[in-house]
This record gives sequence, C-alpha cells and structure tokens, in this order.
Amino acid sequence: MTQTQTISLTINGEAVTATVPVRSNLVDFLRNDLGLTGSHVGCEHGVCGACTLEVDGAMIRGCLMLAVQADGATVTTVEGLADSPRGQALRDAFHRRNALQCGYCTPGMLASALEYVEAGRPADRAAIREHISGNYCRCTGYQAVVDAICDLIGQGAKA
Amino acid sequence: MKAPDFVYVRPGSIAEALALLADTDADATPLAGGQSLMPMMNFRVAAPGKLVDLNGLAELRGLRVENGMVRIGAMTRYAELLASDDIRENIPLFGLALPHVAHAAIRNRGTIGGSVALADPAAEIPALLLVLEAEIHMQGLAGTRAIAAEDFFLGLYETALQEGEIVTEIVVPARKTTEQFGFYEFARRHGDYAMAGVALKVGGPDHCRIGFFGVADRAIRATRAEVAYRDGGVPAAMAALDDLPFDGDLNAAAKTKRHLAGIALKRAFEGIS
Ligand SMILES: Cc1cc2nc3c(=O)[nH]c(=O)nc-3n(C[C@H](O)[C@H](O)[C@H](O)COP(=O)(O)OP(=O)(O)OC[C@H]3O[C@@H](n4cnc5c(N)ncnc54)[C@H](O)[C@@H]3O)c2cc1C
Ligand code: FES
Ligand code: FES
Repeated sequence: MTQTQTISLTINGEAVTATVPVRSNLVDFLRNDLGLTGSHVGCEHGVCGACTLEVDGAMIRGCLMLAVQADGATVTTVEGLADSPRGQALRDAFHRRNALQCGYCTPGMLASALEYVEAGRPADRAAIREHISGNYCRCTGYQAVVDAICDLIGQGAKA
Repeated sequence: MKAPDFVYVRPGSIAEALALLADTDADATPLAGGQSLMPMMNFRVAAPGKLVDLNGLAELRGLRVENGMVRIGAMTRYAELLASDDIRENIPLFGLALPHVAHAAIRNRGTIGGSVALADPAAEIPALLLVLEAEIHMQGLAGTRAIAAEDFFLGLYETALQEGEIVTEIVVPARKTTEQFGFYEFARRHGDYAMAGVALKVGGPDHCRIGFFGVADRAIRATRAEVAYRDGGVPAAMAALDDLPFDGDLNAAAKTKRHLAGIALKRAFEGIS
C-alpha cells in the first residue's frame, strides 16, 4: 500500500493541485506527473546537480526533496526560467559563450548560476567555480560556463 | 534508484514528533534536511518504515545569543548559519568551515542537527563542535538532557542519542576576544567530504583545542598535540599526532591520512584569524 497525499503549490507561476505518492521525490513528480521534463535526473543521490531547481527562491536538489514537502511552495523549473526576463538574459549568455554541449547539466547549471548572479556576487572566477562545484558537466570543462556567468554579471554592471 | 515505500508524517510540535518516534514497531525515523537520509534511502541502504518530517517544527529553527551562548535550533540550515550576523560575530569558525560543507544547493537544505545526529566521520560540524566546547541538547519522551560534544560522538555514525530522542539545540559559547580560529581541509573537489581536515581554537600561546575530521571513525580531539603546542609550538603539535586512531578509507590509506593531518594542521595554524 502506497500512501498518497494531496498537495497544492505554485509551479512556474501556475497554481497546481495534485495527489502524489509520498515516496515520490519532487523532480520525479515534475517530470512524470506534470511533464516538466526540463529538470534532469542523473544520480538520485545529490551528487551530480542535474535535478537542481528553485524552491521558494533557493536552489535545491529535486532528487533529495519529497514532492509532499513542496506543499505550499513556489517552484521554478527551467521551463519557468525560459519564459522570464531573468532567465532570458542567462540563456542568452550561455548561448553566446557556448556554455553547453549536450545540455544534460544545463537546467541545473542555470538554476545555480541564477542564484549566484541574483545574490549580487562578483565576476570572480574562483568564487563562481566554487558556487557551481555541485553541478557536474561532462562536456564543457566548466570554462565556458564560468565565462557565461561572468558575461552576465558584466552586463548587469554596465546597465 | 527510488526510495523504498514508507509512511510520511509531518508533526506540528515536538511533543507530537516524539510520540510518533516512540512507535518502534513502525521503525520511525526523523527527516531533517534529507541531504544524507534521502540519498541513503534512494540507495536503499536505509529503509525507514515511517518518516517523521521535522521541517514543520518552528521550535527547532533559528538561533539566538543569550548570556554569552549561541543557541542554535537543530533544524537551522547551513545556509542560514552562513547568512547570520550573529554567527559571523560570535562563531567565526563556522564562517571559515561551513563553505566547505557540501555545495550551495545542499547547504540550502542540510541542517546542523542532521549533521550532529548522523555523525559522519568526515563531516565538519562534529569537529567544529568539539573544538568550540559545544553542548548538544536532546529531547525524548522521558525529558530533555544535554551532553558535551566531546561525550556525544562515540564512533562511526554512532552517538549518545537514544532511540526515540531528537537533537533539539546546539549550544556554542560565543567567542572571547582573545580567541583565534583556524580551519583547513583536503578534499578532492570543493564541497566533497574531506580526506582529512582540522579545526582549531587558539586561546593564546599556551592554549589551543584541535579537532580532526575525516581521519578516524569519528571527529576526534588531538589532546596530545594540544599539550605539545603549549610546549613547542606548531612543529611540536604536528609531531604529536601518532597516537590518533587513523583509519584508511576509499580515498586514502591510514598512513596518507596521518601525513595529510599534519599538513592540514600546519596550514590551519598559518591561517588563524
Ligand atoms: C553531494 C553531497 C555532498 C555532501 N558533502 C558534505 C560535506 O562535505 N560535509 C558534510 O558535513 N556533509 C556533507 N553532506 C551531507 C549534508 O551535510 C547533510 O545535510 C548532513 O549530513 C545531514 O543533515 P540533514 O539535515 O540533511 O539530515 P538528514 O539527511 O535529514 O538526516 C540525517 C540523519 O540524522 C537523523 N536526524 C536528522 N535530524 C535529527 C534530529 N534533529 N534529531 C535526531 N535525529 C536526526 C535522521 O534520522 C538521519 O538518520 C553532503 C551531502 C551530499 C548530498
Ligand atoms: S539527480 Fe539529483 S543531484 Fe543527481
Ligand atoms: S553540457 Fe553536457 S553535461 Fe554539461
């Protein structure tokens, strides 16, 4: 017997009510029940960062939070970012700087990058590397990702 | 993998949580930040029958400074500690060490109480609490009690916490103006569990406390090195580590850990502030 629970939350600006098995983690709920397959699943134990998304303004691991724990929360996935002005600038910077190849890490990388940029932190390569140290990328070697984040911060500084 | 099935409950008070945890037939387990328990469940090395989610307990959140003590609720997250001015002023060692605990996304969920209850031998928090002479407060149906960190960490994932008890509060003496702190760790990648690490509190030329992590089956104080420091400074302390119960792991053999511990100690002393 699997226990289920009804939850209500805001996902990418839309109110959602759903009944979920309590053992379902947040990223599986988003992908399998809601079809929001932008968030990826790699390791399911918090190491790779592919499932990183934003809950109540802070980035978290979607594989280490239960869907029932997101009851009442505000969740933003890469789909929500794509449509927002804050996400648009970030996406453009990643595009411009070639900060992705296969794209598997990208949704989580964008969430991490955004937290850094929006905290008003400087275009300091070492600090950026430290901040994204929890996001594995097997393609870019990170250099281009750091370039993109610096680019975005530089633009903010000019504006 | 996915976690095995379980029953989920989110109590609204400590009393309710303790009543739920007392049901030993259900194999009830507290869920804090989930940053260790969820991976263990997804790996299926842990399969609790009932998860008692402590995230609804406002009583366990936040911190305050009172009579020279910093009282930190068990459910306070690493990110909250790092952002706190009270912590910056009163526990500067946290500011040096916490950026090395996992990664930003994990620090947004992981809690100080979870790290204390888990007692991972490579975790930073237990060693910091040893050095800071902190006290761990616990509560069970039988009542509340407090134990010095030194008597709390007993072995590999083993603590003085009894079945049905929860960690409620961590109480840390606020820094004295004469005290300085040091921290250094070796990790393969920033945010990974340490291969060897050390935390220091230096009260003057004749007094320091040294706590290692990632070198033995638990966080451990190097009392002989503390005495050696008083008599012969840092080189003497570095030479007085041989009696520690160094344990090898996947990362490094015991002999390598011994070597890294000495270098970490030297660098921590060099960086004291
Ligand atoms: C990729 C990755 C890297 C990491 N790197 C590090 C690192 O470098 N250093 C480090 O220290 N940690 C690291 N961690 C672990 C992280 O710090 C955890 O958050 C922490 O160890 C446990 O805290 P939690 O709140 O998540 O507890 P949970 O995972 O929820 O619980 C851990 C255990 O403690 C018990 N428990 C929790 N709270 C209480 C309580 N109040 N009373 C009684 N029992 C309780 C639970 O039942 C469970 O058995 C890492 C984790 C991941 C996923
Ligand atoms: S799938 Fe969540 S961190 Fe890898
Ligand atoms: S772009 Fe392929 S893993 Fe990062």
